[in-house]
Amino acid sequence: MALTQTVSAVRARLPFDRLGALIALLAVIGIATPFVAFRANRIVPGNAVAFWDALPAWEIFIAGVVLLAAAAIALLKIAPRFRLVISSAALIALAVALGDAARLLTPAGDHISRTSPGTGFWVLAAAFTLMLADAVSRMHLRAVSRLVMLAAVAAIVATILWSGLWDDLSVLREYANRADAFWREAGTHVALAVGSLIAAVIVGLPLGIVCERVPALRNAILNVLNAVQTIPSIALFGLLIAPLAWVAATLPGASAIGIAGIGVAPAVVALFLYSLLPVVANTVAGLDGVPADAEEAARGMGMTRGQRLVQVELPLAFPVILTGIRIVLVQNIGLATVAALIGGGGFGVFVFQGVGQTAMDLVLLGAVPTVALAFAAGIVLDACVELASPGGRR
Amino acid sequence: MIEIEHLSKTFAAETAVNDVSLSIGDGEIVVIVGTSGSGKTTLLRMINRLIEPDSGRVLLDGRDTRDGPAYLLRRQIGYAIQGHGLFPHRTVGENIGTVPKLLGWEKARTAARVEELMALFQLDVATYRDRLPAELSGGQQQRVGVARALAASPKVLLMDEPFGALDPIIRAKAQADLRAIQRRLKTTIVLVTHDMNEAIALGDRIAVMDQGHLLQYATPDEIVVRPATAFVGELLGSGERPFRLLSFRPVRRFLETGAASGPPIPDSATLRDALEEALWSGRDALPVADASGTVVGRISMATLVKQAARHG
Repeated sequence: MALTQTVSAVRARLPFDRLGALIALLAVIGIATPFVAFRANRIVPGNAVAFWDALPAWEIFIAGVVLLAAAAIALLKIAPRFRLVISSAALIALAVALGDAARLLTPAGDHISRTSPGTGFWVLAAAFTLMLADAVSRMHLRAVSRLVMLAAVAAIVATILWSGLWDDLSVLREYANRADAFWREAGTHVALAVGSLIAAVIVGLPLGIVCERVPALRNAILNVLNAVQTIPSIALFGLLIAPLAWVAATLPGASAIGIAGIGVAPAVVALFLYSLLPVVANTVAGLDGVPADAEEAARGMGMTRGQRLVQVELPLAFPVILTGIRIVLVQNIGLATVAALIGGGGFGVFVFQGVGQTAMDLVLLGAVPTVALAFAAGIVLDACVELASPGGRR
Repeated sequence: MIEIEHLSKTFAAETAVNDVSLSIGDGEIVVIVGTSGSGKTTLLRMINRLIEPDSGRVLLDGRDTRDGPAYLLRRQIGYAIQGHGLFPHRTVGENIGTVPKLLGWEKARTAARVEELMALFQLDVATYRDRLPAELSGGQQQRVGVARALAASPKVLLMDEPFGALDPIIRAKAQADLRAIQRRLKTTIVLVTHDMNEAIALGDRIAVMDQGHLLQYATPDEIVVRPATAFVGELLGSGERPFRLLSFRPVRRFLETGAASGPPIPDSATLRDALEEALWSGRDALPVADASGTVVGRISMATLVKQAARHG
C-alpha cells in the first residue's frame, strides 16, 4: 500500500506524460530510420532512403521542426485537445513529406520505378496516430462529435488523394493502372458485406425472437450457429462450392438468377452464415434484457403481443441488436476479402493478385481500403448504438 | 362494482387461490393483505385476466370479464405495479399517454389528459414531460406509474404493492396523495400489500388472505376489533391493536364541548395523533381546531382511552 502510494505520488510529480515518452521515443527512431524505399521496378528489392536524403533542405527543415516539436510537446502534460491539434499537424506534415519524397525520387516520365513508405515513415505515422487516438479517447467525445471527427479525417484523406500529392507513391501507381477495376471491386466488396448483413438481419431477427420465446429451440439454434462460426472461412467458402453447384444444376432457373458453385453466390451464403450468430445471439440477449416490470406493465395495460414486441421489447433490445449488427458489418468487411478466392470479387482480388506476383503494393491496394472501411463502419455503428440507447440523445 | 365469485387457481399442484368470493363497491378502496405466497397477487391478477382462473368468474358491472379479448378488458382497468414498470425508452409524457394511444385517442386529447394528470400528481409539465424515467427520483417515478394507470380514466385501478419500493417517508406521502386523488376521481381501487399498516391507512375494506383462502373481509375497524382467526390477529400485531384502532378514527368524530389549554390539534388528525400529543405534553385534554384554525371543541384523555378499548 505504502509502496503503491509512493509510486503514484512520484508519477503525479513527473513533469512529462508517460505515453508521450513512448511517442517521443518512437518519433526519434522514426526520423533516424529510412523514410522511403525506392525500387527500379515493382519486384526488385528496394534501396532505403533516409529522411534527409529524400527531401530538399527547406522541407527537411520545416518537416523536421514540426515532427520534432510535436514529439517534444507529446512529452508535456497538456490538454487532450492540444494533443489532438499537434498530432494532426504532425500527421499532415508527414503526409506532405511522403508525397514530396516520392515525387522527387521518381525520375520524370518514369512509370516503372516504385517509391513506397519505409520503416521510418511507418514508425512516425504509428507514433502520431497513437498520440491522436489517445487524445481522442481522453476527450470522451459524444457520438455526434465522433462522427464529425471521422468525416473530417475522411475529408483530409480525400483531399490528399484528390490533390495528386501522393500520385507518385507506389500504391497509387498500382491504383492508376487499374482504377476501373478498383471501383468495381470496391462496389462488389460493399455489396457482399452489406447484402449478406441485410439477409442475416431479415432471417436472424425473427429467429432471435423465436429463440427468446421458445427455450427448447434456443440452445439448439445457438449451438448450430456457434458451430458454423468455428469453421475456418476458407473452408466454408470451399465447402459451399459443391452444394451450390448441385443446386445450380438441379433446380430449374437457379443458375439463371446467378446461383453457381463459384462466384458471388457461395460468398454471400458463407458471409450470411457467419453473420447469423451475432444477429441471433444479440437479439436474444437484447430481448432477455428488457426489464420484467416494463413487460408486465405493458401486458397489464392491454398491449397485444405484437404491440408489446414492436413498442416495448424491440425498442429496448435495439441497442444490443445494433451492437450485433456492428460486429457483423466489421467482420463481413474483413471476411469478404476471402471471397476473391472463389471468384466472388471484392478487394481480395488485389490482395491475392499481389500475393501471387509478390507485389506488396498491390496487396496494400486491397488491404488498406478494407481496413479503412471496417474502421469507419465500426465508428459509425458505435455512434449509432450510443444514439439509440435510452438517454443517448441527451 | 366488481364481483368475484368462487375464484380458484392452481399452479403445478399448488393451490394459489382457493374458492375466493368477494364484492367491491364503486368508489371503494379494498386492500388485499397477506404474507408472500398467500395468493393475494394471483387474486388481483385474475381480475384483469393477467392470470386466467381455473374456476369461478369475475363480473365487472355485471358483465363477465371473459366476454371479449383480455387485452381490451385490460385497457379499461388501470394497473400499477411495484417498481412502477415505466418504459425506460419513452418520456414521462409518452408513458402516461400509453393507454390513450392504445385506445386511439386524438393527439390533442391525449396531450391535454397528460398535462391534467401531471398537475394532479404534482409534476411540473414543462420540467418533466419530456424527460426519461431514469432522470426522475423514485417517488416521482412511482407517481408517473400511477398517473399512467389512471390516464384513460378507468373506473377500476388495480395496484400490486405500488409503494413497496419507496422509503417510509415518501411512502406515507404517496399513500396520502393516493387517498386524496381517489376521493376526487371516485376510482374503485383494489390494492395488494403485505403491510397491515398500509392496509389500515388506505382501505375502506380489507381482505385478509392466507394460503389461498380469504380469511376475513371487513372494515379496518372490524378487523382490529374482531379478527376472524388467530392468524389475522398475528398479522395485526396484538400489542399494537389499541393504537391501530385509534389510528383510523378522526378526531372530528369525537369532539366534546368544553375548554382545554395549550396549542390545538387539527380536527383532521387521528385519535392516535391526539393520544401521542396528550401524553407528550402531559395534558388531560387538547383543544381541537378546524381547517381555518378556529377552536371547535376539545378531545379528552378519557375519550381516547375509551376509543382504544375493544368495545369502543
